[in-house]
Amino acid sequence: MGAKLQRGEGSADGCCAVSLYGISKTFGSVRANKNISLDIPAGTIHGIIGENGSGKSTLVSILYGFYGADGGRIRIFGNDLKIQSTAHAIAAGIGMVHQHFMLVPSFTVLENLVLGHEGSGGLLQGMARGRSELQGLSREYGLDVDPDAVVADLPVGIQQRVEILKALYRGARILILDEPTGVLTPQETDQLFNILRALNQQQGVTILFITHKLREIMALTHGVSIMRDGEMVAHRCTATTNPQELAELMVGRPVLLDGIWHQAKVGKVVLQVNNLALDGTRGMPLVRDLSFQVRAGEILGVAGVSGNGQSELLELLAGIGAPSRGSITLGEYTFTKTNPITPLVIKELGVAHVPEDRHAMGLVLPFSAAESAILGHEHSPIIGDGPWLNPGKLKAHCGQLMANFHIRPPDPKRQSRLFSGGNQQKMVLAREMSTNPTILLVGQPTRGVDIGAIEFIHQQLIALRDRGCAIIMVSVELDEILSLSDRIMVMSDGASMGIIERKDADARSIGLLMTGVD
Amino acid sequence: MISDLWLQFVLTIDATLRLATPLILCAMAGIFSERSGIIDISLEGKMLLSAFTAATMAAITGSPWLGLASAMIISVVFSLLHGFACISHRGNQVVSGLAINMLASGLTVTVGNALFSLGGQTPLLSNAQRFAPIAFPLAESLRQIPGLGIIYTEVISGHNLLVWAALLSVFITRVVLLRSTFGLRLRAVGETPEAVDTAGISVVGIRYQAVIIAGVLCGMAGAYLSIAHGASFLREMTAGKGYISLAAMIFGNWRPVPVLMACLLFGFLDALAARLGGVDLPWIGQLSTDLIQILPYVLTVVLLAGFIGKTTPPGAIGVPYVKRR
Repeated sequence: MGAKLQRGEGSADGCCAVSLYGISKTFGSVRANKNISLDIPAGTIHGIIGENGSGKSTLVSILYGFYGADGGRIRIFGNDLKIQSTAHAIAAGIGMVHQHFMLVPSFTVLENLVLGHEGSGGLLQGMARGRSELQGLSREYGLDVDPDAVVADLPVGIQQRVEILKALYRGARILILDEPTGVLTPQETDQLFNILRALNQQQGVTILFITHKLREIMALTHGVSIMRDGEMVAHRCTATTNPQELAELMVGRPVLLDGIWHQAKVGKVVLQVNNLALDGTRGMPLVRDLSFQVRAGEILGVAGVSGNGQSELLELLAGIGAPSRGSITLGEYTFTKTNPITPLVIKELGVAHVPEDRHAMGLVLPFSAAESAILGHEHSPIIGDGPWLNPGKLKAHCGQLMANFHIRPPDPKRQSRLFSGGNQQKMVLAREMSTNPTILLVGQPTRGVDIGAIEFIHQQLIALRDRGCAIIMVSVELDEILSLSDRIMVMSDGASMGIIERKDADARSIGLLMTGVD
Repeated sequence: MISDLWLQFVLTIDATLRLATPLILCAMAGIFSERSGIIDISLEGKMLLSAFTAATMAAITGSPWLGLASAMIISVVFSLLHGFACISHRGNQVVSGLAINMLASGLTVTVGNALFSLGGQTPLLSNAQRFAPIAFPLAESLRQIPGLGIIYTEVISGHNLLVWAALLSVFITRVVLLRSTFGLRLRAVGETPEAVDTAGISVVGIRYQAVIIAGVLCGMAGAYLSIAHGASFLREMTAGKGYISLAAMIFGNWRPVPVLMACLLFGFLDALAARLGGVDLPWIGQLSTDLIQILPYVLTVVLLAGFIGKTTPPGAIGVPYVKRR
């Protein structure tokens, strides 16, 4: 703490706000960062892009003093620094907005702001100082926040503002944001970008923006560095690059961002829904009077702003809960309120379900991959003998799924929780698709999944469709709906706003329907 | 008759204060530890150890002050042990606490027997060797004032130093927790340690400071039992008071003033039990002493079962802090 650290002022001579030379970091047997070098010119917005697990979070954690690097040098505003703790980093003018907010939920905004930087002369003086400074910061940057609001009561977007204010209050001249948009709505993301641009242009704050979303890099940054497998693979000037090039650098091979859809051979009707409705606990309708058909060999995309009945529809179809009214017909069987579907029955009818929340419903996180890979299929003869599980068969089955779906690392004994989000999702998809279902219900197939895995999952869905499976896909990603669906149903407030053929669909018209405008 | 009832009532309030004192000190200790995120089930054992140490030192040296100091030291030493297991080595906090309790219960009797051969007791202390009651000026003459006089004489005057220390500790705990920089950090560490870590402050450092303060307060509670309220150490003399103060702490939602009230309530029940035993009550008759003496314990169960749903423990309580990758 006692180390004398000088804060560099802006850069008259065009020096770099941050320079890293040969940073390396190893966790156990994993080399998270390999010999990374990076220059970020002062006063710019610089992006670091890479897939999940490419080492970008580790790199900024080292910069913020959360971990010590195994090797390498850090230079901040031209001064060589040994950043050994977060306190050093803060003193050097580095602030960080973490992916998961570092706020005490039960504290007020003001208490969170001054925590750790209360200054001399008791807490009351510190709070008074914090209050006046907060008002100044709010005015300067247009970051309006009520200092006495309790953080837990604030929406996520405002909590993120508090994080930014915290960094500025501690004198940050370099602001690191680690995947800041994962928790934000599109509107909140736009607001965040405006704030960041203002900070950068008006105050000269250097911003380091970590993401795996190409669109954000293109929209916000001046320069971008690309990481893959713990290595820095390229640096680009945003103005002279394009999403296609960035995606290929991230994944290390050509990637199809879209254009994998082709005309399908549609078969007979396999699912018929008539006047389906579900009432919530207080009589609030969650699903209103839905009627539609799905045919073999087509993908019906269900679009809508999150929370407009899509999740409930998917659960009704999967037999989790009975409808209040209406019927669901699968082949020759019809299910109603008094004769509801159960997850077991639909499985026998060839329906597979990839739930929206893979952590809560798709996987048992402490289980090994091999165990997770047979959830719901414990009695299948491919994996056991009568009531007994056969470890050898279990392992072989899981290994097969892992090979088919390129799951990394291909280790059936590894705990499910230790896989990355993309690999967990592939595991659930592999399990459900391996039964060769006649109908696949899939919710948010690529939520939290990185770009290489998204491409793969999309290809698998199309391939399954081509084998004659009917797919009902719920997604809040409009791009995903548009690139995969044969027909699109748009839901708003529990009701269908209409089913659109692919050839008639575009983002604008669907966006309008999503808001409930006919 | 009326004045007799009044006297009984005033004496019960007086006893309430004396019986609540160890609970208050112990519960404040618990607040410091648990608001920083460290469950301290070892309050019971530390109180027992410090009661023994205080009585032993007072008997050997003749000074209650040395007794009190050594009680606080031994309690802090065991707090540090608890901290070493739970903070530095991220052990299970309940298991570590239980281990200390078992150790305390065996150690006090064994060492006591070796030193004094009195079956685990320590020698009876003279008034000079303990914290004697402090009579306030004019206490005896003011007794004559009808009605109110005995309040001054019995309830306000005639307590030993540690009773006042306990009441003061509530005030200090409140100010430190809510009005000091340290308190802000301590509360934050118990709720969201990563927020403190990323602010450049040592989570481990704050938690150690918290358990040390808890040790000091718990040591005072133990000393009170053996060299202020009592005049010697008796085996298992804490008799679950550490657990009752934990109950009071939870009942009071980890907040100093409500916790004080909970401690006074438990103390009052204890005092009532002592008074009602063997007394003929109108309409009810004579209550069994045993029945009355279990009242505080039954109430603990009832209160905790009935109210625990409404309490909000510190967010990170019981969770060792590990830096996230």
